[in-house]
Amino acid sequence: MVEARAGYARPVVGPVSFRIEPGEVLGLSGANGLGKTTLLRLITGTAVLHGGRVRRAPGLTVAHHRQRPERPPELPLTGQEVLRLAGAPVAPLPPRLEALGRRCLDEMSGGEFQLLHAWACLTGPARLVLLDEPTNNLDPDAIELLLAEIGRLDPGRAVLMVSHDAAFLAAACDRIVTPCP
Amino acid sequence: MSLSLAFDPLFRLPLLTGLLLALALPLLGAGLRLREQWLSSLGVAQAAAAGAVAGALLHGPLVLFALLGALLAGLVRFLTGETRNEHYAVMLLGGWAAVLLLATLGHHADLVATQLLNGQLYFTTATHLGGAAMLAAAVLAAGAWLSRRLLLGRLFPDHYGANQLPTWPHEIGFEVLVALGVVLGIGTMGVMATFAMMMVPPWVAFRLARGWRPAVLLAAGLGMAAFLAGFLLALGLDLPFGPALAAVLLLLVPLRLLPARFGA
Repeated sequence: MVEARAGYARPVVGPVSFRIEPGEVLGLSGANGLGKTTLLRLITGTAVLHGGRVRRAPGLTVAHHRQRPERPPELPLTGQEVLRLAGAPVAPLPPRLEALGRRCLDEMSGGEFQLLHAWACLTGPARLVLLDEPTNNLDPDAIELLLAEIGRLDPGRAVLMVSHDAAFLAAACDRIVTPCP
Repeated sequence: MSLSLAFDPLFRLPLLTGLLLALALPLLGAGLRLREQWLSSLGVAQAAAAGAVAGALLHGPLVLFALLGALLAGLVRFLTGETRNEHYAVMLLGGWAAVLLLATLGHHADLVATQLLNGQLYFTTATHLGGAAMLAAAVLAAGAWLSRRLLLGRLFPDHYGANQLPTWPHEIGFEVLVALGVVLGIGTMGVMATFAMMMVPPWVAFRLARGWRPAVLLAAGLGMAAFLAGFLLALGLDLPFGPALAAVLLLLVPLRLLPARFGA
């Protein structure tokens, strides 16, 4: 992003400039309402660019874990099916994810679904993974699972994440950027 | 009438047509339920009925006018993006009012409105059978492709936008299949029976099945079993088919109370 100003009907954040290289984990931090999520939405195409530039690497593929991932109220989809849908491997999995794989989405708690969704984005094939508040509702063990997986990131892939969990950002990220309003 | 009539060559056409629709409509209904658009099937059905009644007034081909009504409703749903049940309620109330008001303008229009609202399965023609066969074949052929894309759009809604992939092939493809299914459904089973066939089997299956594939298979199986039961009941007791089918489908609803899920 070069001097990017992003928003909806009008700009809510920017100008912001940063670059993410393959293998890098970049964090966006700052107060509520600063426009961090809007910057992720700019990449997914749901926010509007009001100025500046966003340059994508040719053939870039993106996975987006929303702050509140979509969970239909009664959908007979198992955790394994969600992983397959995201192109993520269903084996081998950590025991905690293995157990979720056999359950339907409406049989999971909010935190379990959050973990499954973030895991699916993180272990899928996308070269850029956008994680918006991935630690919401997660217990310490689940946060450790995500941290460990981010630590094993393929050098050809990158993560851009938004979080208010300062300890998580510090442990997971190579760099942290705080956008200006 | 007696049950032996079910095996009469006269009733083979409606039986086969209905079975094919009972296979396809619950599968389309599963897609609508996945997208939380299940009420839209009734909205589209009423809009299609209004189209057909308008066609009767204008002395045009009813199926074509019904399809135009259904596609128009589908287009409204497609263009308005995040449609909610309130939008579908407006669609179905508007369609229902249009059907009954247009029906007052001519005898033929009144006859068509009555047939569409009540169903006319026993008067199905080879055209209906051909349409139902094509619809079932299209739904089965596109099922895996459509399911994957609709599921991706539901659980990972930014997937297409973030990867600059078009959504129109599956969005429009799904709308067209729903419109065709509804038009064939209301032309044979009637408006409410079509709605019941698209709504009830997936509703029960989503509660009972573990896994997407078991759920759609169960929905189709329940739809076909309910159709057969409704067909035999209507013939055996000399009842109108549409309400008989809707009543049998409603008998499936308590299955949702079963404590366990079945499947993968």
